[in-house]
Amino acid sequence: MSVRQSLLAILDQGPCYGYQLRTEFDRRTGSTWPLNVGQIYNTLERLERDGLVQKGDVDDQGHVYYEITDAGRAEVAEWLASPVRRQAGTRDELAIKLAIAATLPGVDVSVVIHNQRKASLAQLQELNRAKYAGADPEGAEELAWTLVVDSMIFAAEAEVRWLDHTEQRLSLHPQRALELELSTERPKRGRPSKARA
Amino acid sequence: MTAAVLRMVGVSQQYGVGELAVSALSGVDLEVMPGELVAVMGASGSGKSTLLSIAGGLQTPTVGEVVIDGEHLSTAAPDQLAALRRKAVGFVFQDYNLIPTLTAMENVTLPMELDGVSRRTVRRAGRDALGLVGLGDRGDAYPDDLSGGQQQRVAIARAIIGGRRLILADEPTGALDSVTGEQVMKTIRGRIDSGAAGILVTHEARHAAWADRMVFLRDGRIVDESRRDEADAMLVGHP
Repeated sequence: MSVRQSLLAILDQGPCYGYQLRTEFDRRTGSTWPLNVGQIYNTLERLERDGLVQKGDVDDQGHVYYEITDAGRAEVAEWLASPVRRQAGTRDELAIKLAIAATLPGVDVSVVIHNQRKASLAQLQELNRAKYAGADPEGAEELAWTLVVDSMIFAAEAEVRWLDHTEQRLSLHPQRALELELSTERPKRGRPSKARA
Repeated sequence: MTAAVLRMVGVSQQYGVGELAVSALSGVDLEVMPGELVAVMGASGSGKSTLLSIAGGLQTPTVGEVVIDGEHLSTAAPDQLAALRRKAVGFVFQDYNLIPTLTAMENVTLPMELDGVSRRTVRRAGRDALGLVGLGDRGDAYPDDLSGGQQQRVAIARAIIGGRRLILADEPTGALDSVTGEQVMKTIRGRIDSGAAGILVTHEARHAAWADRMVFLRDGRIVDESRRDEADAMLVGHP
């Protein structure tokens, strides 16, 4: 999660102290990913080390206001201008589970899909209910919250669609055609031999 | 005990006869209570639209019983059936089906006018229905002057006018962008929450999730069902 860049972008609006940053982050993300103050100060220390923020005034209550530097402003602009890359290396637990389940003799993968869809639909219902019960997004904070809930709704819907698709794809093959017995070929240890030219 | 607004018992629909017969629905049981919205999902050709036509009395099933507000459709005479459809059932279609030469108000009040209800009562019911869908000030507009979302809300007003309690919606968000579609779903949900009953046919899980229960049709059978109140039985298999 881009906490570092988010805090920096907030500081671009004006100097803030740690707890204030936490509140600002919360109201701009529908309080969906609450940060603890320790996390905030760790991030601020690293931002200061990297020359992106600097300590400024201290108020009567001892709050230290951090302010953004020119380098920090440049980083915010860069962050907003560039796309977020989903990490391709992250393992998708569900994709792995279904792929493995489909190859296991004696396992009915449609039951696995059914159970997952049940859970995903229940989650969609929860999200819709939360949104329905919430205020109409007239204010900025309600809108921010709605954006976050929407992203979860579309992600859950995508999962359901993918499950439907997987079920259809699997139904085109007889169960036996997909199963893999344990291979009798023993894989060699060490690096795989180079492909022959 | 509250009575179901719609009850379908052992409903089957076959097209064709003998060896060429095709089953569109097989032994479907479905109850919809007041305040309940049931989403019907399934691939194309799974029987969704047939289910909706039979539920609304537009089509008579080969086998089985349909009961709307306590009236058995199979024993109703054709004119009784038509009257029941006008008074108890409201349809909402993907493409709105508004009459372009009539104003929003006239479209909404048409079913009541056909029943010979007094003009004053009709106007009042029309104003109420348009007000409930947030279009109280657009009664004089023609469908062409309204956005897609507004036209669909007019169609919903027509479906609920005069206290009709059963809303049958066939892909009501299909022609709308996602934000407008969500507003239409909110409007339908609002009507259900004030006591109507509804069936929503959709292939979009996002919209189906507005329902209290989700029913899946596969090859004309209800294969599983979600229930709001049974924590561990969101989907119950119906063999």
